Amino acid sequence: MAEENKGITLTDEQKKKRRSRSVAIALVLAALVILFYVVTIIKLGPGVMDRAL
Amino acid sequence: MSLVERQDTIGQDSAVWDGGMGSVSDYVALLKPRVMSLVIFTAFVGLMLAPGSVHPVLGAVAILCIAIGAGASGALNMWYDADIDEVMLRTRKRPIPAGKITRDEALAFGITLSIGSVVTLGLLVNWFAGAFLAFTIFFYVIVYTMWLKRSTPQNIVIGGAAGAFPPMIGWAAVTGSVSLESFVLFGIIFMWTPPHFWALALVKNGDYTAAKVPMLPVVAGETSTRHHILAYAVLLAPVAIAPYLLGFASPVYGAASAVLSAIFVALSFDIWRKREGDAAKAACWRLFKFSIFYLFMLFALLLGESLVAGVLA
Repeated sequence: MAEENKGITLTDEQKKKRRSRSVAIALVLAALVILFYVVTIIKLGPGVMDRAL
Repeated sequence: MSLVERQDTIGQDSAVWDGGMGSVSDYVALLKPRVMSLVIFTAFVGLMLAPGSVHPVLGAVAILCIAIGAGASGALNMWYDADIDEVMLRTRKRPIPAGKITRDEALAFGITLSIGSVVTLGLLVNWFAGAFLAFTIFFYVIVYTMWLKRSTPQNIVIGGAAGAFPPMIGWAAVTGSVSLESFVLFGIIFMWTPPHFWALALVKNGDYTAAKVPMLPVVAGETSTRHHILAYAVLLAPVAIAPYLLGFASPVYGAASAVLSAIFVALSFDIWRKREGDAAKAACWRLFKFSIFYLFMLFALLLGESLVAGVLA
């Protein structure tokens, strides 16, 4: 027996808006990752790249 | 199929959901971009004037965090004031009264950005600046929006402090502390805010009356508001010239701020003098528009002088 759909079914308009918001959130998260990486390098200095193997 | 697209049903108890209609631009509108631009500019001036130096990337991060924190305050303000915004012509097209974003969505957005901006500023720049930003958001949302705005005609006076903190936060991002100079920057915006908003409130008196917001013209009357505008304009002048008097701005700034302040007082006197009809309304608009130019010029002059000093050094 198919599972009964009790939730809200989004309209096409809602799905479209959600997709654009999701893309924006993904871009912001990616920018934050890059930002924290760059700031880490700045705070630790170039020495972070120069370590004994 | 992406993870976010996988589930197209939300919740269990209702088949109709009025949320999820906000576009990215609607969420940007929640941040009050025009107010944010002033915050960015004044915070940048505070950061540039502060003694010492900060890595340019860390400086940019500080400005970004202050801007996002200010935007988060704007979103939380729109969440709480949705009932007022719906009544006032000036704010009726904001995302919540326009039905594009629900109050719950605005609340979640505002809280997320508040925490994100404070934590990022604290972790990446310094925790004094982060705590100061947190206090500013608290002051604007809790003290001004939720408490003062609906309870006292002095709402703009005390609430204006929230808008005056950004240059101090910019200063704190560099020095990790505050000082007399940063208090002067605070003082300029703090003293500027009441006459700026009261000039607008005199023109939009009907809007505030309809929304039952106890702005000074609504509660104390237009005559009393005119007295207040003139008094604040006179008190603002020495604060605006103070950077020169205290020795952290040049005589050029001193002369320019004196001339600008004289015009500010003259326009305020014009409002005080013209009390009826279109002439009165035009006088209010003139001061309102000039006040924006006035604040921009004071801070631009301070910024210009710090840049010139940096080049010469």
